[in-house]
Amino acid sequence: MRGVKILLVFIYILFLMLPIYWLLNMSFKTTNEILGGFSWYPQEFTLASYKTIFTDSTWYSGYINSLSYVLMNTVISVSLALPAAYAFSRYRFLGDKHLFFWLLSNRMAPPAVFVLPFVELYSAMQLFDTPLAVALAHCLFNVPLAVWILEGFMSGVPREVDETAYIDGYSFPHFFVKIFMPLIAAGIGVTAFFCFMFSWVEMLLAKNLTSVAAKPIVAVMTRTASTAGYELGLLAAAGALTLIPGVIVIWFVRKHIAKGFALGRV
Amino acid sequence: MLELVAVDKRVGRDLHIADVSLTFERGSLNVLLGPTLSGKTTLMRLMAGLDKPTAGDIRVDGNSVAGTSVRHRNVAMVYQQFINYPGMTVYENIASPMRLAKVDKPELDRKVREAAALLKLEPYLERTPLHLSGGQQQRTAIARALVKGAELVLLDEPLANLDYKLREELRVELPRIFAESGAVFVYATTEPHEALLLGGSTATLHEGRVTQFGDTIDVYNRPADLMTARTFSDPPFNLIDVTLNNAQVSAEGLSLGVVNENVSRLDDGTYTAAVRPHHLSMAPSEQHTVALQAEVGTSEITGSETFIHVNVGTNRWVLLTHGVHRVEPGELLSIYLNPDTLYLFDRHEKLARVPSVALEDS
Repeated sequence: MRGVKILLVFIYILFLMLPIYWLLNMSFKTTNEILGGFSWYPQEFTLASYKTIFTDSTWYSGYINSLSYVLMNTVISVSLALPAAYAFSRYRFLGDKHLFFWLLSNRMAPPAVFVLPFVELYSAMQLFDTPLAVALAHCLFNVPLAVWILEGFMSGVPREVDETAYIDGYSFPHFFVKIFMPLIAAGIGVTAFFCFMFSWVEMLLAKNLTSVAAKPIVAVMTRTASTAGYELGLLAAAGALTLIPGVIVIWFVRKHIAKGFALGRV
Repeated sequence: MLELVAVDKRVGRDLHIADVSLTFERGSLNVLLGPTLSGKTTLMRLMAGLDKPTAGDIRVDGNSVAGTSVRHRNVAMVYQQFINYPGMTVYENIASPMRLAKVDKPELDRKVREAAALLKLEPYLERTPLHLSGGQQQRTAIARALVKGAELVLLDEPLANLDYKLREELRVELPRIFAESGAVFVYATTEPHEALLLGGSTATLHEGRVTQFGDTIDVYNRPADLMTARTFSDPPFNLIDVTLNNAQVSAEGLSLGVVNENVSRLDDGTYTAAVRPHHLSMAPSEQHTVALQAEVGTSEITGSETFIHVNVGTNRWVLLTHGVHRVEPGELLSIYLNPDTLYLFDRHEKLARVPSVALEDS
C-alpha cells in the first residue's frame, strides 16, 4: 500500500516536472536540433542561447525592466496595504465590510478591461513606457491582495498587544514599526511574495503599457517568436531564466506560506 | 485618588456600563467582582483611558482624565490573556515602559532585576516570552506593570488562565508586591472566594451596574440586595420565597422556623429567604433545628468537601458539607437549617434581615 502511494506521488511529480524538463532540455539545444526531431536530451549540448541572452541588451534589459517594475510594485503594494490592513483589522467604521469586499472585487475584473483607460491615462501623464507605469497598474490587483493577506495576519495579533504598547507609552508610529511589524513579519514576507509573483507573471498590462524603453521580458519573449523566425532555443533559455526569480523568492518564504494557508488567507 | 462620577458607556444601542460612581483611595486594594459580561473589563478600560465614557467623568486627584489618551496617563494593566511583546526578550519586555520614559541605564537595569527577582523570572531574562510557560508569561506582564510605578494598576482576571498552584501563589504575592507602590490597585475577578482572599474593598457588578461597593467582608456579610448576594456567593445562595408571620417563616407548607433576632422592624408579608450552602447541615444540632425534606439531584465530591444538589419543594438548593458523603440521586434526605443564618430580602430585593452569624465577625 505504502509502495503504491509513493509510486503515485512519484508519477504525479514526474508529470508536473515534464514540461519544465522539456524547457531546460530545449534551452540547451540548437534551434535546428529542436526542429529536426525528437530527442530526450540535447545531442549537441550548447550554452549559446544563454550567452545571447546575457550579452544582447534587447534580451537582458527585458529582465531588468521586469525586475524593476516588479520590485517597485511590491514595495508600493506592501507599504500601502500595511496601514489599510491595520485599519480593517482594528477599527470598525461605517461601511468597513463593504469597502473590504469592494477592494477584493477589483481582482474579479479581467486586466484586459483596464488596458485602454490605463494606456490613455499613462500617456497623458507621460508615464507610458516606464517601469513605474506597469508598477502602478499592477497595484490594481496587488494592493487588494496585500490588504487581504495582511489583514488576516494582523487579526491574529491580539488587540491587547496594541493597548499594552500604548499603556507603556509608545506612540502609534513607534509601536507600529517597533512592535507590530516584527509580529507580522511572516505575513509581510508572504504578501511580498504574492505581489512579486503576480506582478512577475502578468503580461497583458505589462506588454501594453510599454513599447521600447521599458519592455518586460514576457513581451520580449513573444516578440521573438513572431518576428525573428523560429529561435526556439533562445526562447526556451529565456523561459528557463524567467523561472529563477520565482524559485528564489519562494525559497525565502516557504515556511511562512504554510502559516498563510493556515490563516485561510492565501 | 481615582473617582468615577456617574459613568455611562454605550456601545451602539447597548448600555455596557450604567451610572457607575466609585471612589478608590491611593494605596487601596479594590476588587471588581461579577460574572462574565458584567462589565468588569469595560470598566477597567474606562479607568485606564483605553475607552472614553459616553457620559460622566473620570477624575484623578480631582482632575478630569476622561479625554486624556492612555499614553499620557500613568497606568499599568495586566490582561487575562498573557500579553507580552513576543519579539523581545523578557528583559526588554520588562524594561519597555522605562526605555520609553528614558530612565537611565543603571537605574533601569536595577529595577528590571529587582522586579525579575520578585517574580522569580531571573533565569529567563534572555528568553522570549513564547519560550516560557503561561505562568512565567503572566509574571513577565506583571513585572512590566510593576516597574512602571504607575499610580493606577489594573489587573483584569490576571490569574484566570493559570493553573491552580500558580494562582494560589500569585494571589498571595500580588497585593503584597503592589502594596508598597501606593498605587490604586484594581483587581477584576469572577470568583467570590478570590475577592475574599484579597480583602480590601469590593464592588459587585451586575449587567454594567455596581450593585454595592464597600469593605469586602462587609459586602459579603451584608449584601445590600439579592443581586449582590447572588454575585458574591459561590456555590450560589439557596433561595426560597417565604411568608413572614409573627417571626414565623414558612413557605409552601414548609416551616423554616422562627427568626427571633433582627426582625423586630420587619412587617409581616412575603420575602425571599436566602441561606448559604455551608449553613445547611446533614445532621440536626443545637442550632440546626429545622428539618426539611429534600430529594438528592447530584453530588460533587472534592475530597475535603461534598456539594449535594437537592430539591427542596420546587427550589434547587446546594448543601455544602465537610468530608466525603456518598448519596445517590433520587435519595430522600433530611437537611437541617439554622434559622439564625437566614437572610431575608423584601419584595424590592433589598436586604431586610441580616442573620446574626453575619453580624458576629464585624
